[in-house]
Amino acid sequence: MNVLEIESLQKSFDGREVLKDISVSVAEGEVVAVIGPSGSGKSTLLRCATLLETMDGGALRYLGRSAAAPGKDGKTVYADAQTLKEIRSSFGLVFQSFHLFPHYSVLKNIIDAPMCVQKRSREEATKAAMALLSKMGLADRADAYPYQLSGGEQQRVSIARALAMGPKMLFFDEPTSALDPELTGDILRVIQSLAREKMTMLIVTHEMAFARSVADRVIFMAGGVIVEQGRPEDVIDNPQNERTRAFLKKLER
Amino acid sequence: MLTSMLIFALTLLGALPLALPIAFGRMSKHAPLRMLMQVYISFMRGTPLMLQLLVVYFGPWFILKIPLSNGYRFYAAIIAFVLNYAAYFAEIYRAGIESIPRGQYEAAEVLGYSQGQTFWRIIFPQMVKRILPPVTNEVITLVKDTSLAFSIGVMEMFTMAKQISSAEKSMTALVAAAAFYYVFNAIVAWAMNRFERRLAYYR
Repeated sequence: MNVLEIESLQKSFDGREVLKDISVSVAEGEVVAVIGPSGSGKSTLLRCATLLETMDGGALRYLGRSAAAPGKDGKTVYADAQTLKEIRSSFGLVFQSFHLFPHYSVLKNIIDAPMCVQKRSREEATKAAMALLSKMGLADRADAYPYQLSGGEQQRVSIARALAMGPKMLFFDEPTSALDPELTGDILRVIQSLAREKMTMLIVTHEMAFARSVADRVIFMAGGVIVEQGRPEDVIDNPQNERTRAFLKKLER
Repeated sequence: MLTSMLIFALTLLGALPLALPIAFGRMSKHAPLRMLMQVYISFMRGTPLMLQLLVVYFGPWFILKIPLSNGYRFYAAIIAFVLNYAAYFAEIYRAGIESIPRGQYEAAEVLGYSQGQTFWRIIFPQMVKRILPPVTNEVITLVKDTSLAFSIGVMEMFTMAKQISSAEKSMTALVAAAAFYYVFNAIVAWAMNRFERRLAYYR
């Protein structure tokens, strides 16, 4: 069963075509890494998939349920607000720069949405949040405020915040780009442990080591199209396409 | 003295909440509403408060021929003050709201918060913290501006001090009035500072 299905996604900004006919499916339990040069459209793809950006053309489905589909004139039409609200609850997103709520403590950041969006009780939400925090190695930081945490800790809190909603799928938007290099290992370990638990994930990243060690499949994007995709050892170590080769070569230098 | 404090308190009570819908209108996607609020703010900031007091007080008589009553004086003062200060507060709110990073809205949206929840739970508390210094400025100005109510004959602090001073041919009453405004403002500044420190638990 596919958790996410994107068909023929098209997106333009001010007449400039950023995504040209992109189709991506992510199966349950699969971990997909999206790589590519900046401006390749990979972040826009993620933003369209998480409903932060509207698609101009194409279809978007979660667990077989339609969030957006082409209308009569070919332009994408979105489902009603209630459907979108329900679909939103099936995925979580971890941002590059965390976007924790600075006025809430670590614990409150994690329990607030379960309580006021999913109407769960404080006891239940707190219990689940504390379990997630221990898993992230942050159980002793529950009462801290985001500004008191390191970048790596903040990112782990934001992963816990996303997980607290019980998503079927997690998106990561360059989760280590805002971190010092020595802190990326923490995040990688968290994502690896999620992968072992069969969490479905789509990760936009610049880190090849990251993509290689955690992804089942790597998608290489450039110029708004998917140039190449396959197993990480094929795409990263033995790329077939000229553009993939050029991109990876640039990274080595 | 009581009248001055009452004008002060009622103005804040009216203008601080009223400024919020004005700020929303000013940021609205709906162009006519946005322009209307822009014009409103520009008039309120671009003309003297004393003139606005006179318009609110004498307007009903000049325009609608409604006879002026003595009891209306005080209400006219409150209405004019609220309308004027709401315009200033609205611009402060707008700056505060616009300074909250886009990512806060996006994080809330992905987590499924409704628009109302996003504003009241995530944006508003952060906005309050950011706008406290400029709001303090306005509040302090308001303490002194209450004296303008004398222009439509409201018997507030300053009106009385002037009358006593000219009757007794002495500066004492005016000095007392100065002391009153100064102490009042010192208390306001102290209270706002405390409030700011209470919100200093996060950055």
